[in-house]
Amino acid sequence: MTKLKTLAAGIALLMPALGMSQELKTADEYRAALQDKFANPATLIADRGESLFKEKRGPKNASLEKCDFGKGPGVLKGAFAELPRYFKDTNKVEDLESRIVTCMVTLQGFTEAEIKAKLFGSQQVNEPNTDLEVLALYIALQSDGMKINPPLKHPKEKEARMVGEALFFTRHGLMDFSCATCHASDNKRIRLQELGNFVGNKKDAQKTMSTWPTYRVSHGLARNMQHRMWDCMWQMRLPDVDYASPVTVALISFLTDQARGATLNIPGIRR
Amino acid sequence: MNRIRLIALTCAALGAATPSMAQKGPKIDVQALANQYIVASFLPGEGQDLSRLKQDETIQACNQYRDNPPDKVAAAINEREAKTIKYPDGGKLMGDWKNGEKLYAGGFGMRIGRIEPDPPARQKGGNGGNCYACHAADPKEIAFGTLGPSLMGYGKLRGTGDDIIKYTYDKIYNAQAFTACSQMPRMGYHGILRPEQIADIVAYLISPDSPVNK
Repeated sequence: MTKLKTLAAGIALLMPALGMSQELKTADEYRAALQDKFANPATLIADRGESLFKEKRGPKNASLEKCDFGKGPGVLKGAFAELPRYFKDTNKVEDLESRIVTCMVTLQGFTEAEIKAKLFGSQQVNEPNTDLEVLALYIALQSDGMKINPPLKHPKEKEARMVGEALFFTRHGLMDFSCATCHASDNKRIRLQELGNFVGNKKDAQKTMSTWPTYRVSHGLARNMQHRMWDCMWQMRLPDVDYASPVTVALISFLTDQARGATLNIPGIRR
Repeated sequence: MNRIRLIALTCAALGAATPSMAQKGPKIDVQALANQYIVASFLPGEGQDLSRLKQDETIQACNQYRDNPPDKVAAAINEREAKTIKYPDGGKLMGDWKNGEKLYAGGFGMRIGRIEPDPPARQKGGNGGNCYACHAADPKEIAFGTLGPSLMGYGKLRGTGDDIIKYTYDKIYNAQAFTACSQMPRMGYHGILRPEQIADIVAYLISPDSPVNK
C-alpha cells in the first residue's frame, strides 16, 4: 500500500516533467467519467424524438415517417452517416437538421418561420430541448456505430465542401476571427478547453465529428452541429447565423469530409 | 536536391495563397463564392448587426492570402493599421493595473443576436478584454489559453521603459501594425477596448506591483 502510494506520488511528481499538467489531467479524468453511454442523458432525450417522429403533427396532420433523408422515404438507419448530401427535390445540399426543416414544411405543412421561431432550448432558463433538437438527436442515433461517409459526387456537394473550407479560413467580425483562428493548430487550448485541429489533423476532426450530436453537461441539453455552428459564431461576436443556411451547411460539409471514415459514437458527452 | 526542395516549397506557398489554382477546369473564385454564402446566411433585423460582416481592406488581404501575405502586402497592412492607433486623453499609457487585471480576465460583452445577446445592464463597465483566454499571465491563474504566447513575467523580462510601454499599448490597440494578419484581435481599432482600458492592461502587464511580475 505504502509502496503504491509512493509510486502514485512519484507519477504525480513526474507528470509536469512528462508535459502533462495537473489541470489537464484532472480535465481528462472528468471527461473519462462522462463516457458511459448508458448514463448519457441524451439517450433519454432521444426517446422523445422517436414519438415526435411518428406523431401526426402540423396543418397536414402527418408524421415524418415518409421523410427521405437520402436513403429512401422513412429509411433512418445509416442516413445521418451519409449527410450532408444533395437532394433533388430542393436542389441543394442539406445536412440532417436542414432536411428535418424541409420535411416539416413539405410533409407536415409548417412554415419555415414557425419552425425557426425557437431553435434551441436555452440553458440560461433551464429549458428542455426543442422538438427540432430532439428530432435531430433521435435520427442521428440511428447511425450510431456506422462510418461517416457522405457522398461527394454531385457538383453541389463538391461546391459545399470547397466553399466550406474557404469559409473555415474566412476572417470577419469584431474579433477578426475565422474558424481557423482556434482550430488549425495542434495542442492549443482556449482557457482550459482543448481545441481540435480540423485542417491538419484528421484524428482531431474524426474525434469531434464522430461524437455529435452530444450532450453538453454545461447546458444540461443535447446539442447538434447546427447549434455548434451558431454558438461559435455567436462567440465570434457575429450576428446570428441562420439555421440550415448555406454557411452552416457548407462548413458542416467540409468538417464531415475531414472526418470521413470515422465510426460514429453517439450521443457524445462533453463539458 | 535543393532545387527540387525549393520548387516544392514554392508550389506549396502558391497553393496556400491561391487555393483555387489546384482546381481543374475553369478557375473558380472560391473566396467570392464564400462571401456570397455569407451574405445569404446571416440574419438581418432587430438585435442583429450585419455591418460586423464587412471585411475591411486588411482582412480582405488576410483572407486572400490565408494569413500569409507577401512582404509588400504585409508592409502595406502594417503601415495602414499603425495609422489607426489612438491614445488616451492626456497621453498616459500606464493606467491602473488593478483594473487591468479585471479586464484581462473579463470576457463579457458584444455578443448580439436574437438568441442569446449580452444583456446591456451588464455592459456598463465596457467590454472585457478576455486576454487570459489566449495568453497566460498571472501565475496563479491555471485556466489560461495557449493560442497566444505566455505573458507571464512580461514586465520583469522587458523592463518598464517608455519604449516598451508604448510598444505594448500599440500592440494591444492594433496587433496588425506589427504583424500583418496576426491572429490577435485589433482590440482598440474595433472599439472592443477603450484607450484608457488598454492603458490599464498595459499597467497590469508591466507594473512591478502586478501579479504578472511576481
